[in-house]
Amino acid sequence: MNADKITLDRRSFLKAALLAGGGMMLQFNWPEVMAMDLENNAAEDAVALNSYIKIHLDGRVTLFNPNPEFGQNVKTSLPMILAEELDVDWEQVEVEQADFFPERFERQFTGGSQAIRRAWPILRKAGATARQMLILAAAQQWAVPVAEISTSEGVLHHQKSNRKLRYGEVASAAASIAVPQEVKLKDVADFKIIGSSKRNVEMDNIITGKPLFTSDYKKEGMLIAMIIHPQAFGQEITAITDTAVRQMPGIKDVFVIETLPKDYKKNSFDVMSFEKLAVIVGNSTWEVMQAKKKLVLELHANKGGPRAGLLESTAGHHAEMEQQAKLPGQVKRRDGDPETAFKNASRIIERTYTAPFLVHNTMEPVSCFADVTADAAELYAPIQAPEFITRTLSARLGLPKEKIKINLARMGGGFGLRAYGHHLVEAAVISQKIKAPVKLIYTREDEATYGIYRPTYSATFRAALDENNQLTGFHAKVGGIPESPLHENRFPAGAIDNYLAESWSVGSAITIGAFRAPGSNFIAGAEQSFLDELALEMKKDPIDFRLELLKRAKERPVGDKNDYDADRYAGVIRLLRDKAQLAKKPVGTGRGVAAYYCHNTYAAALVDIGVKNNEPYVRQAIAAMDCGIVVNKDAAVNMAEGAMVDGIGNALYGEQFFIDGIPQKNNFNSYRMIRMNEAPEHLEVYFVDNEENPTGMGEPLFPPMFGAVANALYRQTGKRYYHQPYLKQYLAENKPATGKRA
Amino acid sequence: MDTIRINKKEYTVAVDKEMPLLWFLRDHIGLTGTKYGCGVAQCGACVVHLDGEAVRSCVTKMKRVIGKEVVTIEGLSEKGDHPLQLAWKDVDVPQCGYCHAGQIMSAAVLLRERPDPTDEDIDDAMTGNICRCGTYTRIREAIHQASAMQKNGSR
Repeated sequence: MNADKITLDRRSFLKAALLAGGGMMLQFNWPEVMAMDLENNAAEDAVALNSYIKIHLDGRVTLFNPNPEFGQNVKTSLPMILAEELDVDWEQVEVEQADFFPERFERQFTGGSQAIRRAWPILRKAGATARQMLILAAAQQWAVPVAEISTSEGVLHHQKSNRKLRYGEVASAAASIAVPQEVKLKDVADFKIIGSSKRNVEMDNIITGKPLFTSDYKKEGMLIAMIIHPQAFGQEITAITDTAVRQMPGIKDVFVIETLPKDYKKNSFDVMSFEKLAVIVGNSTWEVMQAKKKLVLELHANKGGPRAGLLESTAGHHAEMEQQAKLPGQVKRRDGDPETAFKNASRIIERTYTAPFLVHNTMEPVSCFADVTADAAELYAPIQAPEFITRTLSARLGLPKEKIKINLARMGGGFGLRAYGHHLVEAAVISQKIKAPVKLIYTREDEATYGIYRPTYSATFRAALDENNQLTGFHAKVGGIPESPLHENRFPAGAIDNYLAESWSVGSAITIGAFRAPGSNFIAGAEQSFLDELALEMKKDPIDFRLELLKRAKERPVGDKNDYDADRYAGVIRLLRDKAQLAKKPVGTGRGVAAYYCHNTYAAALVDIGVKNNEPYVRQAIAAMDCGIVVNKDAAVNMAEGAMVDGIGNALYGEQFFIDGIPQKNNFNSYRMIRMNEAPEHLEVYFVDNEENPTGMGEPLFPPMFGAVANALYRQTGKRYYHQPYLKQYLAENKPATGKRA
Repeated sequence: MDTIRINKKEYTVAVDKEMPLLWFLRDHIGLTGTKYGCGVAQCGACVVHLDGEAVRSCVTKMKRVIGKEVVTIEGLSEKGDHPLQLAWKDVDVPQCGYCHAGQIMSAAVLLRERPDPTDEDIDDAMTGNICRCGTYTRIREAIHQASAMQKNGSR
């Protein structure tokens, strides 16, 4: 990659200004967040500039960050990029977390592992431009040629005369210099900060328990509110019996709210699992929790929507999935002549994989503060996508968008769940009704049973083999309730002449939402298990088999819509193979591998699985990733380690299921999460060393873990694992002699 | 008058004695470092020290706490420099950060009881603390590091 060739779109221009009190401000457009044309005083600009860096007189540098933070560490990684090009000590760079300003931003979103990828070119350009302006200002002051000035860690240096100036000393002068149109970006080889490891900037606050999260927020006169939703999906509240509740200590009010305006056309993030919710408002969390137990709901079955009048059960879902696998699906991609390939096959291998609904289980349950008055609303909330919910809030509250301010709190985990803002609407509606500031809190049970789950999925793969045991056809029929996880243009599409991908879905009253690498988090494990089994059926080494397919996709790709780079895909698999050869497999374990590409990043994983306390236990896991240039090395490793542990946990234990519409797991005593004694003893993470622009880290390694675990279980037990969570099958087939679990 | 000492400060208790300590800390005296995660003693986000023992404040009723000494994450060290806090920083443990007050409070009791814990000791002491971000291997490393710091007297 030639760093100079980064192209910026029309809107991504820069503008300098003098800071009040001295110093320089360089405004620019954050690419993830397109500014709206609403700033009246920016008449000469086509668009308003939505972000900035400031260089203060004392040399401090401020970066204004519009991306919400939920543990992915953008609050640390983004300033590293800026500091690199600006050539300052990164500890001089501070991040100012943007609140949500609907009048300034059209799009403020954290998700899809896109923060670094989108910010990369503009932050580099902004940093390099500011640096160049500081050099120009120093050249004027010293009356020396620009080329004779160098910079290092926030200091300008003219070597010939041995004069030095700190950035802050020329920042005011630099502010009046015309913004250069062209600046030279650093060569990747010269990076000092990018690729190093910088600690989470919130570390001190986290380890000393400072208030950081919405649930910690407090305002004078604030009341506590909790919701009570119908027990079952597909039910609606018709009335409540609240006489006993109203007399309980600390209780202020009890009522039913409607979560959406009448006849409101929902956008995709308006997932409201229930149109009506009962609400109890009181002085303290404990008092409201007690009152909740006494509230009686009267319910009836939904008259509209998917499955009106019916309550769903997991057993019924399974029957539907089996039926769908036999019916023709919607053809999403067809290459060559798959029907003939299967008709002429000597052997057909067919396998079906399934996975249950999953609960996000963010460690911080839903929480939202709202203070709604007659003419304005202020919220404090954990939300990945504030933009979408503002429209809903505006319609529901009857307030113009610009009167709604959302302060973006640090999120106690997101994993996709906090893209959905139902809690903001609920808190705001409650505050509007009781005319007081309110903090809405969900109990763990409220959240685990509210919905917005990862859907339940099923995939049936078929492979046609000819008399020479060669793969001649591939057929994927993939679907889910209520959404299909099929990505028809992903590998192995492009590597097989005769290919057919079909999709299906069946509606449901159970609500779903994005969950760490949506869709991929199931299909990767299914496909990678199938390829592993297929390789052995073809008497090939599973890694060699994948590399063969990728070689074919590279040299003679089938179709022109394949959405992966076969070279980079093969690259992570080779890197993993090299590292695997060096990593001794612990005694008594089985080793499985898997690879996947999603969210612009390539990932391959290996797990060595053994037995501990009569249950499968991953002793060691190794990952190889190609996410281009790694910005914050240790933070990237941390996130990869987390994705491995999270993937192992969900593969073995993760499950929500339903009887008569009622979710059966509502807290961590029934919903099993991976714990310390189940976390691998040893983890290794490797990155492909290249100069590609950086891509996402949060999601891509999570999906292949499911395949690696299943493949390792096969090596360990001799049995294939087709249905998640895998622990169930393992326990059914490996009854412990003592029947005791530690 | 019923009182408890929290982080070396005396508090008068004028609340429902059936209420768990967690809500006294969070709602009544503004110590929000201790987190609510599950309310049923399953996740460990609410761990505090009660007379030196690690307890889950979400199920520890006020009547059990009266007259006793409580330490929360805010009171673990004066300057955020408990060996565990220093090790947590050095190993760069947290992602979202929500569970870590509880993790550190559980680990602090472990380190006092077993200054040189094995991985098994860590499993035993820390299995009650869930981290959805999956930072367990770093937590383990940080505990070992804090143990080494304690031994070398480097605090």
